[in-house]
Amino acid sequence: MSTLGLLFTVTALALIGWFVARARAMQFAGFGRRSGAGAMHHGWRVAAFTALPPLIFLSAWGVISPALVTDRVLATPAATALPPPGYDRATILAEARGLAKGERPGAFHPLSRALAPAYAVAQTRLDWIATAAALLLGLAGGTVAFARVRADFAAHVSVERLVRSIFLAASLLAVLTTVGIALSLAWQGGRFFAIVSPLDFLFGTRWSPQAIDPRDPGASLGALPVFWGTFLIGVVIAMAVAIPFGLGAAIWLTQYARVSTRRRVKPALELLAGIPTVVYGWFAALSVAPAIRSLGVALGIGSASGESALAAGLVMGAMIIPFVSSVADDSLHAVAVALRDGSLALGATPSETIRHIVLPAALPGIVGGVLLGVSRAIGETVIVVMAASSVAILSADPFAPATTVTRQIVDLLTGEAVFDSAKTLAAFALGLVLFGVTLALNVAALGIVRRHGRAHG
Amino acid sequence: MADATRPPDWHGQALARRLRRRYAAERRFRRLTTAAVIGALGFLLFLLASIVAQGWRGFTETRVAVPIDLAAARLPVDRAQLGGRAADLALAGAGLEGVVDRAADRLGPDLLSPGAWLRVRDAVKRDPSLLARAATFDLPAADPIDRAWKGDGSPAAEAVASRLAPRLSTGLAIRFLTGSDATDPGRAGIWGALKGSLLTMAVTLALAFPVGTLAALYLEEFAPRNRWTDLIEVSINNLAAVPSIIFGLLGLAIFIGTLGLPRSAPLVGGLTLALMTMPVIVIAGRAAIRSVPASVREAALGIGASPVQLVVHHVLPLALPGILTGTVLGTARALGETAPLLLIGMRAFVAAPPRGLTDPATVLPVQIFLWSDQVSGGFVERTSAAIIVLLALLLAITGAAVALRNRWEARR
Repeated sequence: MSTLGLLFTVTALALIGWFVARARAMQFAGFGRRSGAGAMHHGWRVAAFTALPPLIFLSAWGVISPALVTDRVLATPAATALPPPGYDRATILAEARGLAKGERPGAFHPLSRALAPAYAVAQTRLDWIATAAALLLGLAGGTVAFARVRADFAAHVSVERLVRSIFLAASLLAVLTTVGIALSLAWQGGRFFAIVSPLDFLFGTRWSPQAIDPRDPGASLGALPVFWGTFLIGVVIAMAVAIPFGLGAAIWLTQYARVSTRRRVKPALELLAGIPTVVYGWFAALSVAPAIRSLGVALGIGSASGESALAAGLVMGAMIIPFVSSVADDSLHAVAVALRDGSLALGATPSETIRHIVLPAALPGIVGGVLLGVSRAIGETVIVVMAASSVAILSADPFAPATTVTRQIVDLLTGEAVFDSAKTLAAFALGLVLFGVTLALNVAALGIVRRHGRAHG
Repeated sequence: MADATRPPDWHGQALARRLRRRYAAERRFRRLTTAAVIGALGFLLFLLASIVAQGWRGFTETRVAVPIDLAAARLPVDRAQLGGRAADLALAGAGLEGVVDRAADRLGPDLLSPGAWLRVRDAVKRDPSLLARAATFDLPAADPIDRAWKGDGSPAAEAVASRLAPRLSTGLAIRFLTGSDATDPGRAGIWGALKGSLLTMAVTLALAFPVGTLAALYLEEFAPRNRWTDLIEVSINNLAAVPSIIFGLLGLAIFIGTLGLPRSAPLVGGLTLALMTMPVIVIAGRAAIRSVPASVREAALGIGASPVQLVVHHVLPLALPGILTGTVLGTARALGETAPLLLIGMRAFVAAPPRGLTDPATVLPVQIFLWSDQVSGGFVERTSAAIIVLLALLLAITGAAVALRNRWEARR
């Protein structure tokens, strides 16, 4: 039976269970000892007991069954001719699977044609086993639940407990994702650091992952230039744009603009944050980078490059403006009106009030906003993939090419089929560093905003 | 000390000078902040204007009027075949492509875009009488001529275009809206990427919306205040700030590496983006749930509703508009996301729209990324045109969400 048909059958069974249990519970409604459960509760309990076991079984089955099918196929005589594990073998098996399911008209490898019937047999067999098991589980669950449709059984307590545990499971998925990120990065990173010493990786100054010496991979995987490039683009240049513009805009919006103007300008600024980063990347690569290059040439800078740190950093800074301005806006807004009015009443001009009273009071919030902006900037990928360079050099020259952690992750993982080389593992090690740094920045930023946000409010 | 206690000289030169300086500083400061706003808005305008200026031409194509005498060509086609499904094969087998190419070669070499003859085929299918007479067809021009006619071609192509000027016309590039990726910019279209985006978003929504809503309800309504709840809260808040490329690494390691799901598939892309979107929905959902008035809760509990009944019958319906708005905004962000999808292999060249969740596919932002890498000049305007489509889509979605929220709020 197809997956869809099976799901349909299970749903139908649950529906039947619901109606039957409800009808039976209605019969004794109002008689004898009452448990407080309504007929509906009995219905829902039976429906849940019918539907949930097969559904849980099927989702687990969906994960393990491909491996089971492949195992059975590999046990057939035709499989002895397969090449050893690797790319070819995976391709042939995938083709055979496609042929067996009728998804592809023909195959490139003759061997996959030979394996296709074995696939079809194994698949059909396991499908039948799964169908039978799912239906049996559903019927068994439904029967067990139906046996307890009695006047004195508190079905509603059971149903409520079930609903709560479904809710809890949903929120545990968030924890699972965090743990999944941390574990997969730590696991792959750990494998990387088993090959390359962490000291070489963090402080080595030569980064050339395209030519790794297998005897000493650490010598060409020193990530210091990559970290430097990230710092130069994401922190120095981007913040040199984002802080003055973001802060200036926040000051104007909260202190000078009329309410009606503010209502119109603020959403327009936030539009900058809603534009997909690929659009910024396209703009940086097509318009800004060539302009920066000709500017560098005109200034007589020999190193001027079409993949300069300046082009990527400037556009990234423009992208960060709304992040800085909206947090700064909130904290400037939170400064007590009495402080401001007091300063103005003493004769200070508005700008003196802002510089000496309002800004110092709002400073923690602004710093928090800038930290959030930095974390956003160093995690930004597409702009640097499109506009920055893939070559890592230690140079403070903004016109020279520069690279970032995110750019290297994309480069290292592109077109790579093998999971175990030092090259791909290096991407996970870079990811681990990036995850750690952004996490620390976010925790620090949120902490500052929470602790000082209302100190003067 | 004596100076400080003396009353100021209100009419003195020194004070007037100091006041002038302070007012000048005030004006300078004010101008600076105004300049910051104008600079930021100006950048936004410049960005959008430069994309529209390049992109609108991507929606048009240049056509050459080619006279073709199909009667003289005497194609060996049976009239009866033209009605049925075999018509495409029959016309191709009869050598229609060669006839069209020879007709175009009479005007000049390499005039037509690859696949231009398909227009003639479709015209003949619509009107079989064309086979018996000579007619003039408006066929899409090759990329160099297209660009020369639009004003930025090579000198050689410019010369050809000005020679052919009376035969050239401009029309809507329907192929761009209905086609998939192609190596020739004239044949490249966005429908394949758009469909990939829609499939990916369907997976994302189907997973992130229910899970996010349930998690938000649990955290606001049922969770006891203890260390475990804090752990859940901290991880959700941090997930919302994790760089998107990290989710790509997770998708690569878990979905592709461990579970063995196919690369480049909307299923994997959707799962990865769902993990990214879920925290956004949880955070928006919790705010919406918190704003349900306490009187509603107390009334429901007061007349004997159980906690689950309270949540399902009263809290959820009232919070749903807010949750939906958060969901739509989170989806809009996922729709524009590129980086995680690059890592799970959605950057392959895919020349046909995906038919299912496990077919190789690409999405709109990644298609833009891929085209931006193309050296061929015709792709520049196609890229900008694709960006216009993406921005229009995002604007429509966000606008719909905001309008929806306003309507619900007005009704309450």
